Amino acid sequence: MNDLAQRMATTAPGSGSWDALRAVFQRDLRIALRRRADTGSALVFFVIVVSLFPLGVGPQFELLRRMGPGVVWVAALLASMLALGRLFADDHADGTLEQMLLSPTPLALLVLAKTAAHWLASGLLLVLISPLLALQFDLGSQAAGVLFLSLLLGTPLLSLIGAIGAALTVGLRGAGVLLSLLVLPLCAPVLIFGAGAVESSIAGLGVGAHFSLLGAMLLLALLLAPLAAAAALRIALE
Amino acid sequence: MTAAMNPSLELRDLACVRGRRSLFRGLSVRLGPGQLLRVSGANGAGKTSLLRMLCGLLAPDQGQVLWQGQNVHRSREEFHQQLIYLGHAAALKDDLTPLENLQVAARLGGTAPNDAAARQALADAGLRGREHVPSRTLSQGQRRRAALARLPLGQALLWVLDEPFNALDTVATAWLLGLIETHLRRGGLVVLTSHQPVGLSDSVVQVNLAL
Repeated sequence: MNDLAQRMATTAPGSGSWDALRAVFQRDLRIALRRRADTGSALVFFVIVVSLFPLGVGPQFELLRRMGPGVVWVAALLASMLALGRLFADDHADGTLEQMLLSPTPLALLVLAKTAAHWLASGLLLVLISPLLALQFDLGSQAAGVLFLSLLLGTPLLSLIGAIGAALTVGLRGAGVLLSLLVLPLCAPVLIFGAGAVESSIAGLGVGAHFSLLGAMLLLALLLAPLAAAAALRIALE
Repeated sequence: MTAAMNPSLELRDLACVRGRRSLFRGLSVRLGPGQLLRVSGANGAGKTSLLRMLCGLLAPDQGQVLWQGQNVHRSREEFHQQLIYLGHAAALKDDLTPLENLQVAARLGGTAPNDAAARQALADAGLRGREHVPSRTLSQGQRRRAALARLPLGQALLWVLDEPFNALDTVATAWLLGLIETHLRRGGLVVLTSHQPVGLSDSVVQVNLAL
């Protein structure tokens, strides 16, 4: 028993779940920082896809203004799909996912921490660059601001919905394509209200309703998506 | 706390079916404090499946796994508090250093080792001077050592180790045997798969999974 007491002294009892969540969150951010090429690829993809439209359509400001919000939103959707494939796949390959399943901390909370880190390293970057891209579509400063806010509300939602898909397809061959097929239809409401907010702002209508709906969806997803993803992970790892 | 002082693991009438093949059935074992369960058997006999079942990663096709008399699927959080499982993969992140990997693994398991304790654990595992290199530069045996370094840090009572001696040299094998022996003497439980007989004869329960 002396040994045990000594071990207790050298290892402070962690403050339980909270400490485990912080550990996972910090670990994933640290890995994202050390693998900048991977982290940046979704961002570069986003910038390129959005920039191709003005090049393809030509300098027709009226048309570009009409298209702008939808194009930026669709590109954000595709870019976040690109980053999603890695959410659980790497952890599954190196065995750390099993360790998460065997943690005394509830798996849904760990999934939430992972998704949060994932959003910071992918979705948030898309949000931050979006006002710059709005310039290419001749969107005014107000519309660009609404676009920024709609993406700020919408991209975490995409990450959360995507986490369910990523959990369902973890360990499968050709998971990337399957993931997109699963998740993209589920993201349609986010796209509709996100792009719709910018369009109604351009049309001079209020954006409150769109933002309220996006916010409500975000809250719902925060509550339910980690639970669903955790259940999917337990099934996928059997 | 009284229950924790007298830990017990019981496999009751376990059966495992992979695909259409039945790997084992009717497996019943009881393991008390200070006892080691060595699972042996040919490749594909279901050793890893049994270990994953025992941890609750795999649902038994029949029967149940009981920890302190409770089904591990029902009391998952209390059970995982007492469990360290090291599988085939070393569960190391290639981009993190062994020290960072060790810290994260321990914190996920519910203990937060301080820096000195974690360094000492790595040094004991023979990784002194390698604490700060990316784990991807480690050899297979060093990766295994880095994963095993976690064992003495936690307060887990049950160690479940899948082929822990794989890729270890003689020095590391002796170190690991020492760790296991100390753990058993403290009243801990160990379940492991191994092709070689483990050099601890007095408290070993054998299960041989025949094909």
